[in-house]
Amino acid sequence: MEARHTRGTAWARGLRVVLLLALAGTAAAAGVSASRVPLPALATGAGEACVEDTPTMRRNHMELLKHQRDRTVHEGIRTTRHSLANCVNCHAGKESGRVTGSKDAFCEGCHRYAGVTLDCFDCHADRPGAATTAGAVR
Amino acid sequence: MSAATPPRAASEGVAASGAAGRSDGVDRGRRQILAWGAALAGVTLAPGVMLYDLAHGRPPSEPASPKVRWGMLVDLNQCASDCDACVVACDTEHGLPRTKTATSAQWIRKVELKDARGGARSVPVMCQHCADPPCVDVCPTGASFKRADGIVLVDRHTCIGCRYCMMACPYGARTFVHEPVTGQRPEVPRGKGCVESCTLCVHRVDHDRIPACVEACAASGHKALVFGNLNDPESEIARRVASYATSAVRADLRLDPGVRYAGL
Repeated sequence: MEARHTRGTAWARGLRVVLLLALAGTAAAAGVSASRVPLPALATGAGEACVEDTPTMRRNHMELLKHQRDRTVHEGIRTTRHSLANCVNCHAGKESGRVTGSKDAFCEGCHRYAGVTLDCFDCHADRPGAATTAGAVR
Repeated sequence: MSAATPPRAASEGVAASGAAGRSDGVDRGRRQILAWGAALAGVTLAPGVMLYDLAHGRPPSEPASPKVRWGMLVDLNQCASDCDACVVACDTEHGLPRTKTATSAQWIRKVELKDARGGARSVPVMCQHCADPPCVDVCPTGASFKRADGIVLVDRHTCIGCRYCMMACPYGARTFVHEPVTGQRPEVPRGKGCVESCTLCVHRVDHDRIPACVEACAASGHKALVFGNLNDPESEIARRVASYATSAVRADLRLDPGVRYAGL
């Protein structure tokens, strides 16, 4: 990178950080790593847009999942907007069909990169399955 | 017996009117009359016409209702000793191992009962979904709980695998997952280190479907299992429980199970 050996003022360094952050943001959105900082290359998902905007999902997806989980297990509320199954259905890899298993998988790739334990899939299915509406009508 | 229990909506309505009657104020009498009117309107419009549908069509955004009490009737006169369709269906539905070892997960099992005269009964036994579940009483983390509609479940997110509930359950209905699990069904998450048992196929019930064992029993032609809302007098299960004698396993414990047996 051209700025590597230059010694700029504090102002220039600040600008560089801002530029780098902007670059990293663009790279993450495009799924490619163009900066010196390696970024996980993740497929973004099957649909047009996620259930919330990207910054919200990056920071708060675990909170959304936790609240949905308690509502579903204890109260029987089965809305799909913030359900883990909904995440998996959309974000499963095109080839692998899963959200775990490699550094390119949507959930595991980012969790590996961030060094955060991902234990949802010790119990939950990491790939889409049959629709929940199977079975005889009551 | 469940048949003797009045519909919960009615008893709640009476309780509400009593509370209104006790409140201090100049219009005490008028409030009492209003409360009676509300209680009556809440129960029926005309005989057999409910103001609201208790069991059917609950939208996914609404929580399970305490007005519903899910239950199952096992008619042992229809149940064949050589049939295990319910067990196979349960294993398939929930991804449980088909070959059983001493520690395998088993949510429903067939038990052979013999009496001194040589009579034999093949009895499907699963979580009895007690109204007063001992497993819930002993759970130190609140993982074992009873849902508003009477289904007793384990919240695996809070289960620490202590197995107190397994010891407390008089029906031996719960099993512990000893080994890592792979290939789970999306709607049935399971994993090592948690206690689990029959969920009355809660994932199907929440989508207005019947449990897998009931469906398989009907498909096998025996029709020994009936699933429904014990609180809805119009439901098949409530009509059958009202019309002939049914009993609970270990009725002496007075746990008021949601699973009832005919011909035990």
